[in-house]
Amino acid sequence: MDFTFSSVSFLSFLAAFALAPLFMGVILKVKAFFGGKQGPPWLIKYYTLIKLLRKGSVYSTSTTFVFKLGPIISFVTAFMLLLFFPFAGLSPVLSFHGDVVMLFYLLGLGRFFTVLAALDTASPFEGMGAAREVFFSALAEATIFVILALFFRLTGSLSFVEYFTGAQTVNLWSESAALILLVVIALFIVLLTENSRVPVDDPATHLELTMIHEVMILDHSGPDLALIEMGAFCKMLFYSAFISCLLFPFHTGTPFFNVIVFSLIMTLIYAGVGLVESITARYKMDMVPNFILTSFALVFFATILTMEFVQ
Amino acid sequence: MDNLLQVQNGQAVSRADIPDLSFRDFQQVLLEETRHSGFIVQFFAYENEQATLKLIAVIRSGLHLYVTGCSLADEYPSLTAECEKFHMFEREIAEQFGVRPKDHPWLKMVRYHENYRGKEDVFGNDYSVDIPGNYPYFTVDGDSVHEVAVGPVHAGIIEPGHFRFQCAGEKVFSLEIQLGYQHRGAEKLLEQKGQPLNRLPVIAESIAGDTAIGHSLCHSQAIEALAGLEVDEGSKIIRSVALELERISNHIGDLGALSGDVAFNPPLNYFGRIRGEFLNLLLTMAGNRFGKGLIRPGGISFPVLAEHRKILCDKIADETPGIANVCDLLFSAHTVLARFEHTGTVPRDIAEKLGLVGYSGRASSLPYDARITFPTEAYDMVEGNANARTNGDVFSRATVRREEIMHSLRIIPELLAKDIDAEPVPVPSSHNLAPDSFVVTINEAWRGEVSHCLLTDKDGSILRYKVKDPSFHNWTGLAMSLRNQGISDFPLCNKSFNLSYCGFDL
Repeated sequence: MDFTFSSVSFLSFLAAFALAPLFMGVILKVKAFFGGKQGPPWLIKYYTLIKLLRKGSVYSTSTTFVFKLGPIISFVTAFMLLLFFPFAGLSPVLSFHGDVVMLFYLLGLGRFFTVLAALDTASPFEGMGAAREVFFSALAEATIFVILALFFRLTGSLSFVEYFTGAQTVNLWSESAALILLVVIALFIVLLTENSRVPVDDPATHLELTMIHEVMILDHSGPDLALIEMGAFCKMLFYSAFISCLLFPFHTGTPFFNVIVFSLIMTLIYAGVGLVESITARYKMDMVPNFILTSFALVFFATILTMEFVQ
Repeated sequence: MDNLLQVQNGQAVSRADIPDLSFRDFQQVLLEETRHSGFIVQFFAYENEQATLKLIAVIRSGLHLYVTGCSLADEYPSLTAECEKFHMFEREIAEQFGVRPKDHPWLKMVRYHENYRGKEDVFGNDYSVDIPGNYPYFTVDGDSVHEVAVGPVHAGIIEPGHFRFQCAGEKVFSLEIQLGYQHRGAEKLLEQKGQPLNRLPVIAESIAGDTAIGHSLCHSQAIEALAGLEVDEGSKIIRSVALELERISNHIGDLGALSGDVAFNPPLNYFGRIRGEFLNLLLTMAGNRFGKGLIRPGGISFPVLAEHRKILCDKIADETPGIANVCDLLFSAHTVLARFEHTGTVPRDIAEKLGLVGYSGRASSLPYDARITFPTEAYDMVEGNANARTNGDVFSRATVRREEIMHSLRIIPELLAKDIDAEPVPVPSSHNLAPDSFVVTINEAWRGEVSHCLLTDKDGSILRYKVKDPSFHNWTGLAMSLRNQGISDFPLCNKSFNLSYCGFDL
């Protein structure tokens, strides 16, 4: 395992973690703009986190330690993602060959414990939400692994460092641009699915029966909820950063310029999520699998194009 | 037709004129009427001066309104077994008077309270305990069947009600709705002996907070009929305008909420603001955003002069294009249509069997609109509304409401253009109500047919005050609309009906 103890790596990791809640404010601002409203302050998510951290957690007497474990593990796994990701082409804190596979299964582990915690409450709502979440993320996982297969064909590697740092990166400006375009679209769909955004889920609804992710965390409160929220912000940041790195080659040689461009692209992606949420309604629950499988079809097609018999 | 007395909406008749049939004749005539084109407006029991239990049925058939009655024993063969329209009414009678309808297919309490006569409880409930328990829910057996219980405490600011779903995965087999958590005894409050009559409108306005005008209009018309009060033309116009403003503000609020329920936010925000504008118009007229205190027996209690009418007309002219635009935004978004269409469908035959009223009925091809069929106030001066899309799904219910908003926006300026000043009526502390009389009033409030029915005794005091909110018919429609739907579409279906909990619970 490569362990880069450079101040730049650490700084980029800390900055990413610290700014994750700020980017969420972009979505809210865009939605407010389309709704003709002023919207909440940019720092709203920080205020929410501070508020939650100052509260106490309430535990139902029917829950066990699994319920308390859920938020911790889901936060830690999402937090670990950031350690491995080369933001703006800067080398990450940790990396090793095959880290991408581990990272996506770390996310899976976090989800597994969130689901366990939800089932631990024995609430019919939460069981329903868990069933939906598991179903939809299993579909999204298919897309992710086809993307990894495609990247392996392109780079012969299974590590974010080799995808996105150095001179030969996977991005829209390389010769495989057409394939990457399909990957970007598919990843955006996965981003919407994995982060419970419209049109798959509605993070703003108060209607338990329609929720997917939110309903699983209904019983968590205070610092536990803050951990879940922070985990969600990290996860969102991870997927957006993944797409950003595909959109632009961050090997211009001037890290400062890279960071600026990276932040801009990130903002645009979050704004794009806000835009989608403003102009589309949610899909009917039984339409969601079709939507997610569209992403699979796109990358599957892209992967076929890299096969020898096509070339 | 000897067994039915034809009555007019809002006109008192002598109680002696109401047919007093044998139960067999009563049953026969009712079933004959309701099996075809007849619908129940009121079906209730009361105790007369000799403490005999009487049953009264008011039914509408075509353009006519009929009343009939009979005496009631402690047990009678259920009419619901023959005709579903009686279902909730018979349960209500059983709960209020401890009378058992034999062979009723689903005899459960409606609101959870002791009966008025101190008889043994039909449902075997012990009302000294707070949590109602002694009743079964409809269940479905099977390996993959699961039960989801929602409420009575809900997320968000809505009223309490319990929903029990039987599902297989995401699909709902059956939904049972249990209400009663808001029961305040409104009918008993209205019947209280010796209270000044000017207390009654205040109670009537509070039956359902979002239908304050609908209920107070029904109440005032009933008192006017019994006390022989005449209402001037100007007041009639203003009362109709108030009813339409209530309709517009509620429909607009609900279209916004429907849009919010499918996570399409812009119309939610725009309609939220516009709804406020219409509530403020009621504020201008009545000093209350829900129009409370405006309508009183005999007329209206605030002057509505030329300047007020100008404010109203100007505001409506200002807002109409905006409302049309936001409606276009909502109804042309294909992702919204994908959610609205073929969701929560109540086909015409089911709607007819249940006797749905209001926009819920009209969206299922039952064109009944009390403003057209039994016009009161100024409704005979304006053209009625007709609906084009009537498939019974969420989309139809939303479209009917959109059409009703546009219709109301058209007729309010028409009504206000008539140059009549409406002067407030002095509020009398008491009226002399006609003794031994019966009156039924019907108005098309925003949710549908609201009806009040009054019976007076020989001293002219109120013997029985029966209130019926349209929700009393329509809750069963919501339950039916969920059959074979995804459970995640429940909030959307619920909002498309948007029924009143307190109007049902009384």
